[in-house]
Amino acid sequence: MSLFRFFTVLAVFAVLQSHPAAYSAESSNSIQIKGSDTMVNLGQSWAEAFSEKHPEVSIAITGGGSGTGISAILSGTCDIAQSSRDITAEEKAKATGATILETTVAYDGIGVIVNPANPVSQLTTDQLAGIFSGKIKNWKELGGKDSPILVLSRERNSGTHVFFLEHIVRHGNAKGPEEFASSALMMPSSQAIAEEVKNSEAAIGYVGLGYITPEHKVIAVGKTPEGPFLQPSIEDVLDGSYAIARPLLFLTRGEAKGAVKDFIDFVISPEGQEIVTSLDFVPLKKG
Amino acid sequence: MSSERTLAGRIFEFFVEKAIFAAGTLSIVFVVLIFIFLIKEGLLLFKDYSLFSFLFNPNWYPISTPPRFGILPLLLGSLMVTAGAIVLSVPIGLAAAIFIAEIAPSWLREILKATVEFLAAIPSIVLGFIGLVTLAPLVKQIFHLPTGLSALSGSIMLAFMAMPTLVSMMEDAFTAVPKSYREGALALGATKWQAIWRVVIPAASSGMLAAVMLGIGRVIGETMAVMMITGNAAKIPTSIVMPVRTMTATIAAEMGEAVHGSSHYHALFAIGIVLFIITFLINLTAGFFIKVRKH
Repeated sequence: MSLFRFFTVLAVFAVLQSHPAAYSAESSNSIQIKGSDTMVNLGQSWAEAFSEKHPEVSIAITGGGSGTGISAILSGTCDIAQSSRDITAEEKAKATGATILETTVAYDGIGVIVNPANPVSQLTTDQLAGIFSGKIKNWKELGGKDSPILVLSRERNSGTHVFFLEHIVRHGNAKGPEEFASSALMMPSSQAIAEEVKNSEAAIGYVGLGYITPEHKVIAVGKTPEGPFLQPSIEDVLDGSYAIARPLLFLTRGEAKGAVKDFIDFVISPEGQEIVTSLDFVPLKKG
Repeated sequence: MSSERTLAGRIFEFFVEKAIFAAGTLSIVFVVLIFIFLIKEGLLLFKDYSLFSFLFNPNWYPISTPPRFGILPLLLGSLMVTAGAIVLSVPIGLAAAIFIAEIAPSWLREILKATVEFLAAIPSIVLGFIGLVTLAPLVKQIFHLPTGLSALSGSIMLAFMAMPTLVSMMEDAFTAVPKSYREGALALGATKWQAIWRVVIPAASSGMLAAVMLGIGRVIGETMAVMMITGNAAKIPTSIVMPVRTMTATIAAEMGEAVHGSSHYHALFAIGIVLFIITFLINLTAGFFIKVRKH
């Protein structure tokens, strides 16, 4: 019975969670990193480059979403949480025995993508809010074809979901009353959104810059109806003129020590930032 | 020999008996512990959120302020996908079971039985992945939908997963019908089809119902494949070709992110209680039909 197995896993999972700080890595040379799916590939590349210089350190990186990473750093089951959103006050209150520190390691621009067959090519942030909250239901209201809009969102464990919700759907007011439309599809990964947009003319979705391919049309986004309408680029993300950009963070329990500190220093060094650029993310400084 | 049992032998036997007893009761202990844990974590939700809203609020917005934990769309999503899967798989499963038990020559019967059971061995994530790549685009094309990620795609995929349970249990039910029933019918001048339809199927009906119940239990608890292929939109479904979000997919997708001890966390356990009650009732019904069959 798969349901039984499911509940057993659930129970084991909860029991493991109830023993915080059962794991401590300061004594060893292994670093556990967990969190944002957007940052998994980035973390993996940093870890590979870092391990070439420090073969004695082993780094394990897993995804699961920013929320998963934050849960893990709060319970002490990882050394670094990768997060594409800020830690919430409610989460911070759950931290036992240590303060959680944030380090910005890169920036990410979020691209809004549609099928290349879709004639719509630019939208304001207000129009995006209307689409994703379900107030605008048909492409013809935006100058497109007469067809219902298929809204694609990330699942709630995704930092991209939370960022898009707070900055676009809620117009920057994190506690606002607006919600994603209940008819919005919750996709398990950015890859799934990219795939569905490729296959459906009615679809619109949001993904990190690394997921955009020539088979997608990137919407130029404007903060006001007068424009300027911009596609996400490194310059526009860094100077803040592109509307949907966010910092990518490392969260640690207190000041990082030992191998964890070495790793973070490497990540923000010019060499680490070069990797950021090579993976289509935005480095801390234009270089 | 037996009169020469040594003291050591008897002590050994004593411990073996106790060890086997412990192993046998262990599964009961586990079920009870899991149930207690589930109840304890799930009921904490109702300190801050009313049971009525939990069951009847049409909105599932667990991370908003204030959060809304209405499981109605999730419950209906699960029921719609399950109903679709059963409607699709029961006729095919029944026909397959009749063919295997009553019509196929014995060499073919062995091959078919082995193949059907092998279907159960395919991991559900593999079926989900195949469904995502092949089935969803097909459903989108046939029904002219904006997306193929819908309850129907999930139902078709789950029908495949319910098939092994349905076919092998129904086949058992047919094989358990005494041979003399068929011989009697044939001797009275019935054709083979009449014997199957009028005699074998009625005699096996309680076993068939048990098979359907266990098939439902298999389907409603399925998680991964459903999460990949149904679109996960938490909206009350009005049509089988709409995207739906099931209870299992909700727990799987949100458990990792829910802050330990928050009401979102407790709400997911409360969904677990609902699922547990549903499967418990299904198994109880199946057990009832199996008992009827034995009398």
